[in-house]
Amino acid sequence: MTDTGMTDTGMTDTLLTVRNLSVTYSGDDGDVRAVRNVSFTLGRERLGIVGESGSGKSTTGRAIMGLVGQSGRIEADEMRLGDTDLAHLGEHGFRKLRGQRIAMVLQDPKYSLDPVMSVGRQIAETHRTHLRSTKRDARRAALEMLEAVHIRDPERVYTMYPHQVSGGMGQRVMIAMMLIADPDILIADEPTSALDVTVQTQVLAIMDDLVRSRGMGLILISHNLHLVSSFCDRVLVMYAGQVVETCEAAKLSEAKHPYTRGLLAALPQLGNRRAELPQLQRDPAWMADLA
Amino acid sequence: MATAPVPGPVPGSLRAWLLSPAPASRRQARFGRWFRAWLGFRRNPLAMSGLAIVALLVLMAVFAPLIADQQSATLQVLQDRLQPASWQHPFGTDELGRDIFARVVFGSRITLTIVVMVGVIVVPVGLAIGLPAGYFGGVVDTVLMRITDIFLAFPRLVLALAFAAALGPGIENAVIAIALTAWPPYARLARAETLTSRRAEFIQAAELQGASHLRIIATQIVPLCLPSVIIRLTLDMAGIILTAAGLGFLGLGAQPPAPEWGAMVSSGRQVLLDQWWVATIPGLAIFIVSLGFNLLGDGLRDASDARS
Amino acid sequence: MIALDDVTIAYGSGPRAVVAVRDFTLAVPEGEAVGLVGESGSGKSTVLRAVAGLIPYAGGEVTLAGRRVDRRRTTAERKMVQMVFQDPYGSLHPNQTVDQTLAMPVAIHRLDNGEARIAQVLAEVGLGREHRYRYPHQLSGGQRQRVAIARALILEPRILLLDEPTSALDVSVQAEILNLLSRLRRDHGLTMLMVSHDLAVIAHLCERIGVMSRGQLLEITTATAMANNQVTHDYTRQLLRSNAGFDRSSVSSGELDVVVG
Repeated sequence: MTDTGMTDTGMTDTLLTVRNLSVTYSGDDGDVRAVRNVSFTLGRERLGIVGESGSGKSTTGRAIMGLVGQSGRIEADEMRLGDTDLAHLGEHGFRKLRGQRIAMVLQDPKYSLDPVMSVGRQIAETHRTHLRSTKRDARRAALEMLEAVHIRDPERVYTMYPHQVSGGMGQRVMIAMMLIADPDILIADEPTSALDVTVQTQVLAIMDDLVRSRGMGLILISHNLHLVSSFCDRVLVMYAGQVVETCEAAKLSEAKHPYTRGLLAALPQLGNRRAELPQLQRDPAWMADLA
Repeated sequence: MATAPVPGPVPGSLRAWLLSPAPASRRQARFGRWFRAWLGFRRNPLAMSGLAIVALLVLMAVFAPLIADQQSATLQVLQDRLQPASWQHPFGTDELGRDIFARVVFGSRITLTIVVMVGVIVVPVGLAIGLPAGYFGGVVDTVLMRITDIFLAFPRLVLALAFAAALGPGIENAVIAIALTAWPPYARLARAETLTSRRAEFIQAAELQGASHLRIIATQIVPLCLPSVIIRLTLDMAGIILTAAGLGFLGLGAQPPAPEWGAMVSSGRQVLLDQWWVATIPGLAIFIVSLGFNLLGDGLRDASDARS
Repeated sequence: MIALDDVTIAYGSGPRAVVAVRDFTLAVPEGEAVGLVGESGSGKSTVLRAVAGLIPYAGGEVTLAGRRVDRRRTTAERKMVQMVFQDPYGSLHPNQTVDQTLAMPVAIHRLDNGEARIAQVLAEVGLGREHRYRYPHQLSGGQRQRVAIARALILEPRILLLDEPTSALDVSVQAEILNLLSRLRRDHGLTMLMVSHDLAVIAHLCERIGVMSRGQLLEITTATAMANNQVTHDYTRQLLRSNAGFDRSSVSSGELDVVVG
């Protein structure tokens, strides 16, 4: 597999364009702007979004799927998936889009899978809903998909219930379910944070292989700087709802923004033991940066 | 006092003191917490009307002698019997010529007594059974819960009837009878709440610090159980008032000439078609107070849900 | 200071008992910090809980400061060992202020100068006077963890057990808490036993690192050896590899296959 210049093809082959996306939640104590004027494009590449809790990284991912809840309000100058305008889609339009063109993998498969339906049937049902296939076709597709996520005995796993599978297996099942309708974009929100480190690598590798071979765009949302910089092509760094920095993932260690640099410095490193870890000094000016 | 500037309330005002994000004493922290809960509760108009009804009941019971003439509640003026509403008797008179308004006002004292006494018995008994069952588990749990099951299996009104019949009719016996049948759900509730917090890390931390079982139950678990128990009690009050009225209606509760609302409905039923007010007015009083407790309970539940 | 000899810990009893930790042996001299890494279910937290006296152990011996202990502890033994839990949201009572949380240990152990102790320990963990009468929901995650540390510290323990103390926190807050822990260790000469799934965090605070898997201690090595890849077990190598980030070439396609056991 050749790693062709992702940035070039990414530009000419844009899947998703987001311009000045804002998400506002109205609550008892007034409005909270969780995402402020976020702009980016996504090609057939792996885009990482990193930030700390409350930075708006997850909300950004959810806004692309129209999932901000009753009290949330999405505003954008432009939000476009291929030739579909997401900014003015409405709930009904989003419902048709989810799963079919944009799919999402969340942190814990335990909460994303239906506990009373076998995992195979859940995958098959997804196939039937989006592709209006027959039961038999859906079953065959589900088994193929289980094999594609490297489950060696798909027939057996097909009949298992979510509580019978391990976290890593559950996440493989989730990936199979999310990719069965062949979406254009996969959004993975902390997909491996609940998994053990040795399993993490496997799940990420499976996701990586499938996304590449199908020519999809992937958005990986994570708090883990190492993970994002080693897995993705490009990285957006978010702070207080804003994108403070965009850079090539491999060059994250050379990041310019003081926030990104502060985060990197604050990470303990194996083989570089410091008596004190430099603590992040937050600068109010970062908030005003893009306002 | 170092208070951060709070937008909204005037600095230095009581409100600012209560809402301070950095309370300076235990007292301020506790009052602030109550005040915040009150602010949430106040937003619910139905709950506020429930609170108003219950508050009115209490005020009526406390100030009964100022509102109505105590004598006319029991004074039989036979030539004035079954009078319709008038200036002299706003709710009319009953079959013995007693003023129904005065009887309803003084009857609130009996209702309130029953409500308070049942609450005072039921909550401690429920906690005493439910907390150890949930906390210790195992054999303790099995024994205590089977006892609870036995009490749950008795039909409430029938057991109350049997008790009142055996001990003799009267308000104290009615209270005991109701309390005996009302505590099992509280024991179950306390046990369920204890089970959810039993494995919490703050309980382990307390254990690690050397806290005794008694201390852990009293200082860590009770504060978590109490809100749901009190909400449950408020919601149950309507049922308790109705049971008390039912016992009164059957002649097994408060005895004549005490102006108990259920007994009043009972005595008015013979003249219901011609002199409707005799039974309807105390019936309305029962209805309104039950409704008030229910609305208050719902409001408390919503307020505690919003906080957690 | 801490010695575990052939400790076996099982959940449940009789034929249905599940052995969580088998024949675990480890010694931590006074003032040293030792870390245990491993996956969830490896038994690392179970070891910590047995040392803390929160769960009983089925076999072997636990010795603290030269005295053999079991699950039942005297008040003095309790005072000597304190623990900081993973989840700062779950380890503080939701209805109690910081002040109440800190006043309880003072009351249990009948310590003198309670007021002064609470004020001092709060200052020591970097919390101001304005935090003293707040409820947990009025504090950030990092502040809550500071309260949890203060609660452990107020008893002046000699041993501090740390169960993933920073894994629920953001990177920037993690750095602050790790710095605080190193400073407290130095100032009080604390002996520490720490559990984490994050190698870098363990290596930052501990001199020696034990690797656990499936209830057994695979190897014990130093942070320096780890950093230089001088490890003996394949499993440890795997941990090191994942710690370095994602590397697609590190896994062959065959390694991705799973079979349901």
